[in-house]
Amino acid sequence: MNDFMKISGLCAQIDDNGLPKPILRGLDLEIPKGQVHAIMGPNGSGKSTLSYVLAGRDDYEVTDGSVAFDGQDLLAMSPDERAAAGVFLAFQSPVELPGVNNANFLRTAVNAVRRARGEDELDAVAFLKTVRAETKRLHMSDEMLKRNVNVGFSGGEKKRNEVLQMRMLAPKFAILDETDSGLDIDALRVVADGVNSLRGPDFSALVITHHQRLLDYIQPDRVHVMAKGRIIHSGGPEVARQLEAQGYAKYLEAAA
Amino acid sequence: MSSGAIAKKTETRALQSFLKRAGKSAALPVLKSEGLPHRGIEAWHYTSLRVLEDLDFAEATPLGEVDAQELLRNLVPDLTDGPRVVFVNGFFMPSLSSLPAGVTVVEREAVSAETHPLTVLNAALGRGGVRFHVPEGVDAGNLAIVSLSSAEHPISTHLRHEIALAPGARLTLLEIHAGQGTYLSNPVLRFDVSKAASVRHVKLQADSDTSFHLAFVEGNVAEEGTYDSFTLTLGGRLARHEVRCAMRGLHGNVHVNAAQILDGERHADLTSRITHAAPHCNSRQTVKNVITDAAHAVFQGKIEVERIAQKTDGYQMNQALLLSDRAQIDSKPELEIYADDVKCSHGATIGALDDEQLFYLRSRGIPEIEAKAILVRAFLGDALDLIVDEGLRSWLDARVDAWWAKQVN
Repeated sequence: MNDFMKISGLCAQIDDNGLPKPILRGLDLEIPKGQVHAIMGPNGSGKSTLSYVLAGRDDYEVTDGSVAFDGQDLLAMSPDERAAAGVFLAFQSPVELPGVNNANFLRTAVNAVRRARGEDELDAVAFLKTVRAETKRLHMSDEMLKRNVNVGFSGGEKKRNEVLQMRMLAPKFAILDETDSGLDIDALRVVADGVNSLRGPDFSALVITHHQRLLDYIQPDRVHVMAKGRIIHSGGPEVARQLEAQGYAKYLEAAA
Repeated sequence: MSSGAIAKKTETRALQSFLKRAGKSAALPVLKSEGLPHRGIEAWHYTSLRVLEDLDFAEATPLGEVDAQELLRNLVPDLTDGPRVVFVNGFFMPSLSSLPAGVTVVEREAVSAETHPLTVLNAALGRGGVRFHVPEGVDAGNLAIVSLSSAEHPISTHLRHEIALAPGARLTLLEIHAGQGTYLSNPVLRFDVSKAASVRHVKLQADSDTSFHLAFVEGNVAEEGTYDSFTLTLGGRLARHEVRCAMRGLHGNVHVNAAQILDGERHADLTSRITHAAPHCNSRQTVKNVITDAAHAVFQGKIEVERIAQKTDGYQMNQALLLSDRAQIDSKPELEIYADDVKCSHGATIGALDDEQLFYLRSRGIPEIEAKAILVRAFLGDALDLIVDEGLRSWLDARVDAWWAKQVN
């Protein structure tokens, strides 16, 4: 049960003009099935790197440690295999794909994942029916499906589009990398509802944020404080409120 | 262009075989003195015919009807019914063709003097081709000209088609090239577009991996006339599609769009010269290149604006996507402007697939090869979407998809 998502001693570096630059420095984290955890930490602590490493981006070199996910070695899998296995990353900066229709993209992704999971592909009619119900829930216009992926979308539209993809791909484990940035309060509610309605015994999430505000809407089971590539403190939801009131200084000093 | 270098080229086996076959053609003296184009000529700097110089190109022989029919079925299984003229090894195949009114096929005729190396070769060895005059105000619909080759030893064909549109006439011409074996295809296509007439010209070049394709297209567009073209180059060991098009009356339009999608060791060259010889004309050119393996693409695009051609609006864009470390493109855009009140822009980009976009697609469960196909298709979209005829657009789309499927396997 506790091995659902288990990150042990994870070290990762990036190439910085030919020199290796360590970013994750022995990170340990466990997220049990059915739980939502949050990570907070100052800029440059390695939060986004962690999300990319878990999703399989190959700009980052993992130099040590392991990640076990649902009984599998996550780090040995390609990004698309990870998605099929149930990992989803909601990007902090969703990527624009000029010339790629949003609905076609979504249907291709959904069917690729379904194929890999041994499920039947959705035909055009079934897909449209499902996606229309989801766009309605997320207060998105159907017109956004006709546009090119994220091209000309506002910040808020891009984040909703990420949540739409997440819901359509039915992941077991979602990483939300600053999904709250750029959202006004109404959009935040809609996005949080999109996440909360997935919560259940078979859905876990890691919410990366700078702000207590998001955690008012998506209430975490645990909050972790990250600094310099490691988790330096873990606690209940109260940790987020303490951080909001007191800042990171107390934890950073204690960890130093 | 030193004459010494050209004289040396008459030594090649290929040229000798052409000269021997040219007989009493009026073009023979020019072919003899100028030879085949070579890299010493500026316009041929990036494309060398060395790969074919040692071959002996024989006169083609006709194929039997049954074999020809099978060839057509194998090479162009997706050809839809409708008016068409089919040539096999340069010979007109009446039984495979369906000629609309006004179309004639000329078997052999004297050709007046030519100066361009590709038209000289064509004139020296040509066997005629399609003549189509679309009368005033008539919409002739679609016509397909299909040129197939099947060679057991090297042969060459030199078709010459002449299409004339009277004022207000319209035509959509689909030109298809395919074949098997080693051969040279050297077609010449001429358009005469009268006032307010319109030609849409869509070309698919899917010649064999060991063939050579040297095509020349020339068009003259009168007042308010339109020549709108799209060329998809997928085949050939070495190919050149050369276009010269001039707007000679007010408000003429010329579109020379293309996609060159190249794998293996293919070399494909798109060379164009678009001339604004009258005021208030528009020219548009979007050329996309997708290059993989050790393939090599060439783009040479010139826009000429004569002194009289004020209020010219010209646009040219050439983009290349390199899918391997050995893929190459030479891009040479040129503007030559003698008028002072014109709007002309051009640009060229060369790049690889975007890692971030690729990762985004893969993080959504789309396998790498499928993700790449999506991005390549998106890259080609700006060009393919310019094909006005929806049926032809999706027909070429399917050819592009088939090309990609071949890469995966």
